[in-house]
Amino acid sequence: MPLLLYLLLFVGFFNKSDQLSHDPGMLLWLKFAGIILGVMGSLILPMLIVFIAYSVNSVEHKADTWKTLFSLPISKLSVYGAKYFYSLFLVFLCLSLFVLFTLGFGNLLEVLKPGLKFSDYPVSILLTRVYFKLFLSSLGILSIQFLLSLLFRDFLKPMGIGFVCTITGGILAGNGWKYAYLFPYSHPMLAIKTMEDGMRNKSAPGAMPQITIDLFTKEIFVSLAIAVIVFIAGYFIVLKKSIK
Amino acid sequence: MVISTEGLTFNFGKQTVVKSLSLKVPEGSIYGFLGPNGAGKTTTIKLLLNLLKTQEGSIRIFEKELQSNRIEILSQIGSLIEQPAIYLHLTGKENLLNRALLLEIPEKRVNEMLDLVHLTNAAHKKAGQYSLGMKQRLGIALALLSDPKLLILDEPTNGLDPNGIIEVRELLINLVREHKKTVFVSSHLLAEIERMATHVGIINYGELLFQGSISELQTLNKPQVQIETENTVDVANFLTRNNITVSEVDENRLYVPFTSKQNMGEINTLLNQNGYTIYSINKQQKDLEKLFLSITKNA
Repeated sequence: MPLLLYLLLFVGFFNKSDQLSHDPGMLLWLKFAGIILGVMGSLILPMLIVFIAYSVNSVEHKADTWKTLFSLPISKLSVYGAKYFYSLFLVFLCLSLFVLFTLGFGNLLEVLKPGLKFSDYPVSILLTRVYFKLFLSSLGILSIQFLLSLLFRDFLKPMGIGFVCTITGGILAGNGWKYAYLFPYSHPMLAIKTMEDGMRNKSAPGAMPQITIDLFTKEIFVSLAIAVIVFIAGYFIVLKKSIK
Repeated sequence: MVISTEGLTFNFGKQTVVKSLSLKVPEGSIYGFLGPNGAGKTTTIKLLLNLLKTQEGSIRIFEKELQSNRIEILSQIGSLIEQPAIYLHLTGKENLLNRALLLEIPEKRVNEMLDLVHLTNAAHKKAGQYSLGMKQRLGIALALLSDPKLLILDEPTNGLDPNGIIEVRELLINLVREHKKTVFVSSHLLAEIERMATHVGIINYGELLFQGSISELQTLNKPQVQIETENTVDVANFLTRNNITVSEVDENRLYVPFTSKQNMGEINTLLNQNGYTIYSINKQQKDLEKLFLSITKNA
């Protein structure tokens, strides 16, 4: 999926390269990465998590292997933990791909259209931090979606709940509701918003904006806390749950 | 005892599915767990595997409490519950390799298992394309993979053709005889259990109706004298007047409990002397199938 998105973006930028050629490197990167990042927070990331959490669990639902897994001499924590960390890894992998493709296609554009001065600005560390913050902000959603997918056999329930919550989260964060940081599905968008705010405040008009990413803002803490709490609660549910 | 349960009870909501079950499965036995569909067999098996939480009563496996020794006990059990749980997108061999990886079993054992259940030729075929019988055999291979001391199989011959049924039966008998395993196998078919089990437990509506060795089950099965005559009701009344109990009467035959050959001859003489025409008189043994039906019906 990241590849597909960036291919589209790549084609778009390639065609518009004439207009963009006088932009400085940093602005160029902002425009290039910003397009994906903008939708990322509100839609792509939460939906990505819904799918990952679902697919990791549905393998067992489909093959009816939960009962076998839990009748093996393996502790329930290992089964649950291994599944959880595998989905965590998948989310991480996916976001890493986004970083790689942003950088890769940015540089490729410059090679093909020398007018685009991407290399003027060293973006990689900044970009990694942005995506890492997104990753942290998404952990709360991951825990919730993972548990939902584990408990419900069908796709519609976790998907439906995830979708409705994502939209709600988007609206809450978009409207700047004071307590949106308590709602996990708002976190990715909030993470992006706080970064944007950070930029706006610090940049004097006309000057080159200084971008610093504050990694640990309060929605990140809430996200991490929810992730841990739901993970532990999920473990106790699994422990008590009877396999039919 | 490999498995012993005490007053095991399980409710699904208000419905009691298993009622104070006391199973005794001795070591080295093939224990046939018999009962009609919906009698509580699968629920019992899930309780034995700790998939369902024990609500009342206790389960001891290998003389150890199940709840507190879960992992230690499960490491010596191989199980197959209902339809075998197989990843359909993987090949037969990958399914086994995957399990071997989880349980830290060498790959050599995987090939042995494929050989044992005659799936070597289909090892690289997707399990989704397997026939029902092949899936069942793969399920048995998965259960045997860790070389467990106790095998718990829920209807293992479901969906197998006659040949497959015989193969599974011989495999299980061989495991017990040569490798000193214990097998707990559930079924709703008595004929199947009769041919391999050493011990039998019969369950219906969650209650254990009979438990014992197969020979004990056979002694429970009392022979009867079957008398074929013209007017069965008159004969029955006559015999009752002569202090002979009649257990069953229908249009053509009546039945009297068998005590001895002499007694059978005396009944014959008595009836002949009193002018009743007897077409035939002989000793009859109910087959186990009928016994099973009558045991489960009486509950």
